[in-house]
Amino acid sequence: MKRVISTLVVAAAVALTASAASAESTLNTVKQRGILNCGANGQLAGFGLPDAQGHWTGLDVDVCRAVAAAVLGDANKVKFVPLTAKDRFTALQSGDVDLLARNTTWTLSRDTSLGINFTNVNYYDGQGFMVRKSLKVNSALELNGASVCVQQGTTTELNLADYFRANKMQLKSVTFADADQTIKAYDAGRCDAFTTDASGLYSERLRLAKPDDHIVLPEIISKEPLSPSVRHGDDEWFDIVKWVGFAMVDAEDLGITSKNIDEMMKSNNPEVRRFVGVEGNFGEQLHLTKDWAYKIVKQVGNYGESFDRNVGEGSPLKIARGLNRLWTKGGIMYAPPIH
Amino acid sequence: MTMSEGQLAIDDIRYLQREAIAPQPPPASIVGPWAWIRANLLSSPFNIAMTIIIVLLILWIVPELLKFLVFDAAWTGQNREACIYTAQHPDVGACWPFIADRWSYFVYGSYPIPERWRVNVFFLMLAIGIVWLLWLNAPRRDIGAVYFFIVMPVCSFILLNGGFGLLYRVDTSLWGGILVTIVVASVGIVVSLPLGILLALGRRSRMPMVKTLSVMFIEFVRGVPLITVLFMASVMLPLFVPDEYSPDKLLRALIGIALFASAYMAEVVRAGLAAIPKGQFEGAMAVGLGYRQMMQLIILPQALKITIPNIVNTYIGMFKDTTLVFIVGLFDLVKTIEVARIDPQWAAPTTSTTGYVVAAAFYFVFCYGMSRYARATEARLSKADKR
Repeated sequence: MKRVISTLVVAAAVALTASAASAESTLNTVKQRGILNCGANGQLAGFGLPDAQGHWTGLDVDVCRAVAAAVLGDANKVKFVPLTAKDRFTALQSGDVDLLARNTTWTLSRDTSLGINFTNVNYYDGQGFMVRKSLKVNSALELNGASVCVQQGTTTELNLADYFRANKMQLKSVTFADADQTIKAYDAGRCDAFTTDASGLYSERLRLAKPDDHIVLPEIISKEPLSPSVRHGDDEWFDIVKWVGFAMVDAEDLGITSKNIDEMMKSNNPEVRRFVGVEGNFGEQLHLTKDWAYKIVKQVGNYGESFDRNVGEGSPLKIARGLNRLWTKGGIMYAPPIH
Repeated sequence: MTMSEGQLAIDDIRYLQREAIAPQPPPASIVGPWAWIRANLLSSPFNIAMTIIIVLLILWIVPELLKFLVFDAAWTGQNREACIYTAQHPDVGACWPFIADRWSYFVYGSYPIPERWRVNVFFLMLAIGIVWLLWLNAPRRDIGAVYFFIVMPVCSFILLNGGFGLLYRVDTSLWGGILVTIVVASVGIVVSLPLGILLALGRRSRMPMVKTLSVMFIEFVRGVPLITVLFMASVMLPLFVPDEYSPDKLLRALIGIALFASAYMAEVVRAGLAAIPKGQFEGAMAVGLGYRQMMQLIILPQALKITIPNIVNTYIGMFKDTTLVFIVGLFDLVKTIEVARIDPQWAAPTTSTTGYVVAAAFYFVFCYGMSRYARATEARLSKADKR
């Protein structure tokens, strides 16, 4: 029923905004307003979370900051709108936010029926398992007959059932209404394994009484490519957000960081020169300034820096790069060239 | 014979009590702690059983609670290291450094740090207003009412929101924590009573139009859950009004809560109106009072007096319902605690519980305070009935 209502809401939104959206370009609106409205999570460590001073940090938050840096020249000119899973798409549709960067999985139905466009994957996530070391299990395929703690009513629950059925294993799933109860129950020994998205496994592990007694199994049982998204029907804005994301990956690829970018201005490498805006007019082609990519990297950093600071080794989460390594380093993070 | 015997009797009296005997203390079975225990705790087999059960419950809960909150608790620290299990600390209780570290976030949310004095001034103004209105011996309570219902809301709005060229504008999306909880609750409380009274009078009115509209409003709002009202206000509203007229997120929630609380308040007040005997209405009309005077002088004072417990009940319910504003992405106290507990910097087994303990304490203090004040008011007003 909930789904029907939200579908209706979204359908109404699509119908209404389809006519209104084309009137004004998002780029102009944002420039006039002087601030970027960005839909973020607000309670996912490493992706979007305000700290004690109310300063937002996270991998998704950095996407918003990078767009603000490229468009407005200042990474701090962002208003973060905390959105729940329920109201995120309507907020984007109704124009409450210019950009949605809230760990949203890119799927076909969302891309086609919600009136939104996904720009580029900024985190390849997937569902994983955590078990006690004392269980001596090294693979998810050895979990036959195990009881698994899982949050109710999520795609996680469906993926879990699918995976066990596909591998002809017995499943005893123990479900809980919210994430906190689920991890507490696992910690109390109610189940043998705990499952959620891999990015969440690491932060939940910190919450356990003895984090070192637990391991994350190597299997990833679902594809969860997380991507920012924008409204349908404004290709200029779509291009900007897409290329801001690409620029951060390209910067890492080219070895440009927030620390060395000023020296890189003098580089002889044509790709670097094009990137920082010394050569060509790529910023103008996006309807931005020449130094758009310079501002992104200078103020926010490249993708690797952002990853490390928010979810990787430089953060308490310490998530391994895994699939999110650059294509040159065994991952699948790949961005088209700025040419 | 009889004579001599009488003589003898008088002669025998050597001692005559000339003053009253000093009062003796009542027997030990009537006063003193032991008697109190006998009368209140052990008066019947059923009471004895209940007492034993409750004592056992206390013995079971209180030591555990003290152990968690005080003896095993971590008191100092900079991050999660302070609150995780170690060999020296096999049991970890409440994680108080987490609360200390995040306290300002719980109070102000993301309100810009250099501007937080404005929130403090708002809290002070609110406290002055409440004391002025509720303390019976306060001077010039009529000015207090003007201050509380007109001066303070306007000043608070300018102070907290900024703008008008006076103060730096602070977007409401940055407000959070106790600030949001208090703002939402006080707007709900202040708006719902007058609006509720009007709706209740409207519902009992003989004018068909007024009556129909009141009934429709009350029944519609009562018929949908608050979550739906908030969700509609935050999600549907911006779809139907142009971007520039779309109200602020906090304002949407405030309107939703205020309307919702008024509908409930209307029914509470209506119950009070219905309880007033018909003779009161007839008497008022017989002495020539008009509708307005009748209601203002005769009916409403009595009706509101008998509904005080229900009004306060509604207030307490609404105060706690304010947490639902998280649905529309506002960070009230509970939400800020939830956000803080997710931060990996403080991820430890007991941070969540500690945060919720603080929230429980906060809500308890406010709700119990309201309920105590209401009981005192009731006792004061019912003196007339006892005379």
